[in-house]
Amino acid sequence: MKQTIYRSQDGLEGGASAPAAEVPAELAAAAQAATDPKGAAPVGPTKISARDVSVFYGEKQALFDISLDIPDKTVTSLIGPSGCGKSTFLRTMNRMNDTIAGARVTGRIDMDGEDINARSLDPVLLRARVGMVFQKPNPFPKSIFENVAYGPRIHGLTRSKAELAEVVEESLRRAGLWEEVADRLHSPGTGLSGGQQQRLVIARAIAVNPEVILMDEPCSALDPIATAKIEELIDELRERYCIVIVTHSMAQAARVSQRTAFFHMGRLIETGDTEEIFTNPRERRTLDYITGRFG
Amino acid sequence: MTETRDAMTATRLDRLRGGLKRRYAREARFRLYGILAIGVAVAFLALLLGRIIDQGHTAFYAHDVSVPVYLDPAEIDPAYPQGTNFEQMVAQQQLASRGLEGDAAGPLAAEMRGLFSSELKFEIARRVAEDPSLIGQTVTFDVPVSDEADLYFKDEISIDTPPEQRRLTNQQIGWLDQLEDDGNVRAHFNSRLFTSGDSTEPELAGVLGAVIGSALMLMVTAFLALPIGVAAAVYLEEFAPRNRLSALIEVNINNLAAVPSIVYGLLGLALFINWMHLPRSSPLVGGLVLALMALPTIIIATRSSLKAVPPSIREAALAMGASRTQTVFQHVLPLALPGVMTGAIISLAHALGETAPLLLIGMVSFIPGIASSITEPTGALPSLIYIWENASERSFHERTAAAIMVLLTFMIVMNAAAILLRRHFERRW
Repeated sequence: MKQTIYRSQDGLEGGASAPAAEVPAELAAAAQAATDPKGAAPVGPTKISARDVSVFYGEKQALFDISLDIPDKTVTSLIGPSGCGKSTFLRTMNRMNDTIAGARVTGRIDMDGEDINARSLDPVLLRARVGMVFQKPNPFPKSIFENVAYGPRIHGLTRSKAELAEVVEESLRRAGLWEEVADRLHSPGTGLSGGQQQRLVIARAIAVNPEVILMDEPCSALDPIATAKIEELIDELRERYCIVIVTHSMAQAARVSQRTAFFHMGRLIETGDTEEIFTNPRERRTLDYITGRFG
Repeated sequence: MTETRDAMTATRLDRLRGGLKRRYAREARFRLYGILAIGVAVAFLALLLGRIIDQGHTAFYAHDVSVPVYLDPAEIDPAYPQGTNFEQMVAQQQLASRGLEGDAAGPLAAEMRGLFSSELKFEIARRVAEDPSLIGQTVTFDVPVSDEADLYFKDEISIDTPPEQRRLTNQQIGWLDQLEDDGNVRAHFNSRLFTSGDSTEPELAGVLGAVIGSALMLMVTAFLALPIGVAAAVYLEEFAPRNRLSALIEVNINNLAAVPSIVYGLLGLALFINWMHLPRSSPLVGGLVLALMALPTIIIATRSSLKAVPPSIREAALAMGASRTQTVFQHVLPLALPGVMTGAIISLAHALGETAPLLLIGMVSFIPGIASSITEPTGALPSLIYIWENASERSFHERTAAAIMVLLTFMIVMNAAAILLRRHFERRW
């Protein structure tokens, strides 16, 4: 199964030079498999709903009136060429744009019907509910244990040391890293390999038991084997969390996500079931992008 | 066809080779310049250190002389021993032992007195006060020779030195030779240099007062400048809004770092002494002035090491739901700490050697005591160097060099500490 999917990457590259604007068969197959693994629509109820969201960096507008529903217990992938605003949109969902000087967000983003940009909502609280994984693995220069324990500690989620140790173990297990690090929990997290570091920061994110996990190109700095592990992990995490992933790899979007949104020049061009986007896109630009005509 | 191509390749290769040769020659030249530059720097440093050591190494040993003294009951009042003119008494006895009696207050007695340090009279007075039963006995005292005699034993002056360039007379030199031949003179490590305060007598002067003064001053500086500087830098770098006001503050801090230190001295004089009436010459005032001076440097160093912390760490912490304060104090500042410490220690070392502001707040006065608190008057190492170098006694000059060595040792220790700290903390990265 996975083998086929990996070949689809080659298929995509081949597709770039192919004259016909057709979605490569493997890509479509992968998309179908991801969308419909057991023959039933897996998409949950809407978790986050964005309405007319625009983002400005100073005078420059980076996002134009994005309206998008993100379902729970689903992997939604945001795809598009570099600079299209997909990372910016991702960062509006945990208000990380607040940390950038001169950034301004308009429009409304609701999570479970609650406006996350409301004054009454503390961004610190929001970020405890919406975890984030970055492009470059960024563990704290502390021990593996301390990395995972950090969230529960600052949010006061555990009452005893034993409970904290339990949470750490559970998180590392769910991130598929426990077996590899169980005997060296107190060695520095920065000493792990890139793929392990990325799973460590995923463990760190899920240790606070968030509702949503945002991933900003989580595999772009990793080799194919580490990428496969992360993708498997994403697939498992989907059962409990609402996951939004930004990716540059069409194959990855097809493999891991059930919903896909295509961004271009700061606008949302098309959104729908991954299978539909990859087999039968409505927009010409979407087709051109996923077949490698540009981007 | 192929031949033409081969010929073209050959010319191309030749040209490349020629260019390569030029490039390597340029590199070799550049290396030579670099080595020359380093050579010049090392030569200057060696010259400086060599001169200081050459001039100062003699200050680390001194000569004592054993003087047998008959504690004459006719001259010493047991109730008030310090009232006795012991110097004259000893001189008379020494002259008598050489068969030169009857020169009561004459020039010979004055010459004889000039061989011994004034410590002799204090030592006798102290011993007699402690134990009046000594009166009537002959006691041998070990005391330093006078500074001029010390120079003679160190071969700085000799009988061949023209008389106008020495203060010892031929008569005195003869006596000194005799004392040495009798085995009464002993060279030893000059521990007095490290255990006593300043004195008008070179043979009794030491750097301890100045070392303590400098240490107290540096403590005041560190206690003030470190927390204030780091707090200001953290606020400016991490919390302050980026606007005109913060830009203005930044420019002013950079300007303050370039203000001549004597201006800080004037400020200290006006503010701390004239207006706040803090005690003059005290480590408190010195420390306050040096703290003002060290602040801009510490702020700049701290800000730049905060800036050097990768933004990914900030993002990671913020995305985990850490507040801004938590992000700064749990992640950014600990990572910046090696840089902060290095910057702070280097600016403190710089403050330690600062002389100009001390001139204005009364630290160049002659202060023989050793301060035991930050409000007592004291000297400091750089001001002691200044005072000693200006002294007329020749023996002070070797001690100046010795004091410079002590100051340099202080600084080397501090800089080494900075490097060690950085190494130690950076390992966690």
